Amino acid sequence: MEILLIIIIGLLYAAGIYMMLRRSMVKLIIGLILLGNGANMLIFLLGRIVKGKPPIIESTAKMFTEIYADPIPQALILTAIVISFGLQSFAIILVKRAYKVAKTDDLDELNTTDEIYE
Amino acid sequence: MKTLIFKTASSYLLPLLILFSIFILLRGHYLPGGGFVGGLIASIAFVIHSFANGLEKTRTIIKFHPGFLIPVGLLIAIISGAAPLFLGQNFMTGLWMDDPIPVIGMVGTALFFDTGVYIVVIGITLTIIFTISETL
Amino acid sequence: MNNPYIVLPIIFQLFTAILLMFFWLNVNAQRLISGIFSLISLGISIWLFSEIWQNGILISQAGGWQAPFGITFVADVFSATMVLLTSIAGFAVAIFSAGSIRNARLKFGYFPILHFLLMGLNGAFLTGDIFNLYVWFEIIIIASFVLITLGGEKSQIEGAIKYVTLNLLASAIFLTAIAILYGLVGSLNMADLSIQIAEVENRGLVNVTAILFLIGFGIKSAIFPLYFWLPASYHTPPPAISAIFAGLLTKVGVYALLRIFTLIFIPDEFLSNLLIGLAALTILSGGLGALLQVNMRKMFSYLIICHIGFLIAGLGMYTELALVGALFYLIHDIIVKTNLFLVAGLIFKLKGTLNIEKLGGFYRQFPKFSLLMAIPLFSLVGIPPLSGFWAKLYLIQAGYLSGQYVLIGFILLGSFITLWVIAKLWAEVFWKPDVSIPKKIGVKYFYEIKPLKRWAMVLPVILLGITSLYIGFFAEHIIVLSKHISADLMNPQNYIDAVLGAKPLTP
Repeated sequence: MEILLIIIIGLLYAAGIYMMLRRSMVKLIIGLILLGNGANMLIFLLGRIVKGKPPIIESTAKMFTEIYADPIPQALILTAIVISFGLQSFAIILVKRAYKVAKTDDLDELNTTDEIYE
Repeated sequence: MKTLIFKTASSYLLPLLILFSIFILLRGHYLPGGGFVGGLIASIAFVIHSFANGLEKTRTIIKFHPGFLIPVGLLIAIISGAAPLFLGQNFMTGLWMDDPIPVIGMVGTALFFDTGVYIVVIGITLTIIFTISETL
Repeated sequence: MNNPYIVLPIIFQLFTAILLMFFWLNVNAQRLISGIFSLISLGISIWLFSEIWQNGILISQAGGWQAPFGITFVADVFSATMVLLTSIAGFAVAIFSAGSIRNARLKFGYFPILHFLLMGLNGAFLTGDIFNLYVWFEIIIIASFVLITLGGEKSQIEGAIKYVTLNLLASAIFLTAIAILYGLVGSLNMADLSIQIAEVENRGLVNVTAILFLIGFGIKSAIFPLYFWLPASYHTPPPAISAIFAGLLTKVGVYALLRIFTLIFIPDEFLSNLLIGLAALTILSGGLGALLQVNMRKMFSYLIICHIGFLIAGLGMYTELALVGALFYLIHDIIVKTNLFLVAGLIFKLKGTLNIEKLGGFYRQFPKFSLLMAIPLFSLVGIPPLSGFWAKLYLIQAGYLSGQYVLIGFILLGSFITLWVIAKLWAEVFWKPDVSIPKKIGVKYFYEIKPLKRWAMVLPVILLGITSLYIGFFAEHIIVLSKHISADLMNPQNYIDAVLGAKPLTP
């Protein structure tokens, strides 16, 4: 299970960076989304995967006696997902606006703000 | 999608889904559910209604701009979060009433915080969806 | 010591933003509320600062959950100073915005988002939890995304694409670093991390995580190979917005670097040399970039990068004296950079252009304004006794004592280039004989707007000018403050004890 997740995370990071290096704006957004998903999976993996041991404690017990699944990574991932959802939807709308204003999908064409004389 | 079946169903689904969303909101502290999910369910109710009957009809039901819900919800959430500060306790500490109220259960600041989230989620989702379906 | 009220700077800004949202279309009410509430928030920050100066580090455990299990808010002198500076800059920008931002932008929620941004900044300075820091960073960047695109001009959208992409990339790298850190030690509380990271045996992985943090915060604070988004975007939004960005957004990255690299990852020789190398190259590339530009705001954008180099140099040397220099520079830089961009906005309102080759005769035409604008410009250069001078003195002294002669050369070169750039600007804009500039259509000139709004644009420049004069002439106060912070940063034991209690928990 872990080794599969590791491969998937590697693929997500690689694909995300590859897509970001393309010149198209749409691919840029896809790259950012893949990268974000890769990071979320990484948190999930590094929180140590424990099967079928929910962190629920007996009402009589005071502390855990055996190994249990760490609930924190899930809280972290949930937060990160909601945040990246907001940021990505903003980025998509921005790209749509940029396409309307600049009339091009090519990122290399978007260089007027770097010119010395505008 | 203005079919008769969908239209009829949507007018029954609207109150049902809103009731269900409130149920989800109230059970949220100890059981699966909560403000976020509840808010999404409630906004789905309005979205279904707008798909079946058109945006204008839904607007007349809601009566005000859904964006107005965002500051209202935020205000409820921040007041419930900051309430412990008035008692000299830490930010966001849960304050609970001693006895449960029938139907609702235990009432505490967490419930008000969830209610705030519920309202904000409805406001934001409806604002986004209404804006998108206007510009389509 | 526990004090629940240290979260007030965050809550108050959030409350202000919510209140402003109720007056969505009433822009005059928004102007008034934003100004008054920013002033109150300044009062709260002063209270927080004096409280911490007297009582030492204060903490608040959110929800009453004890550290390291819950989210802890920690206010030490460093945080309180940053919150105070944020409030000063925020107050100045709120007033300036009331005079300069057009109604069309205000109706799209400019003021609420400005206060959300300030809330995010205060949160980032006050939190003691690394994942919470990530969340505050996201709040800051999403607010800044909206501010930078508000108005939707072509150049704004273009600049925003670069700004948004690189900031999202930085967030992804930051999140990756947090994931590895959590996998390594299973904690997110910064004080707890400080103890646990020191005990990890796999130093290689610790160093990799440190580098990931360096890259993530490096993009946000615009250090050498990662700064290209800054000059491409900072000159596009209205001046009030670029002022708050210039003053605070890169500095919050530097704050995070200073915090992480003094508390969690103590720089070893490799990291120290890396930081020094990056600092030298940042100074050089920022300075050379500034020399080339003719647009005043682009010049200042490159100077931001150049001066970030000084701060990183202070961190890289990692001695108490070097940190004093870096902290003094940080305090000076926030005030001066905010002021510079406000001044640029004022010049644009007066003349209708920011191209220094077209401008001229400013001193003859507006002698009082010129005097006012001279304060931030010469403070930036560091002409004694103005504020920039003292910080550089400490940095150079620290470099001499730790034998970093090459770095001293770069710092001197950076100061010299800054002097050159500002001298060029002064000669072109203020002393050169006046060239008549054709009136631009669509620009509302300074003499066309109402007197109240004119004062709203001049007052913040005066306020920030007085503040930077204070930093320069009463440098001994700032030096005492910087020495205190630097001693705190070099001995994080106080911080750790304050957060975790005197006896740290043993598993």
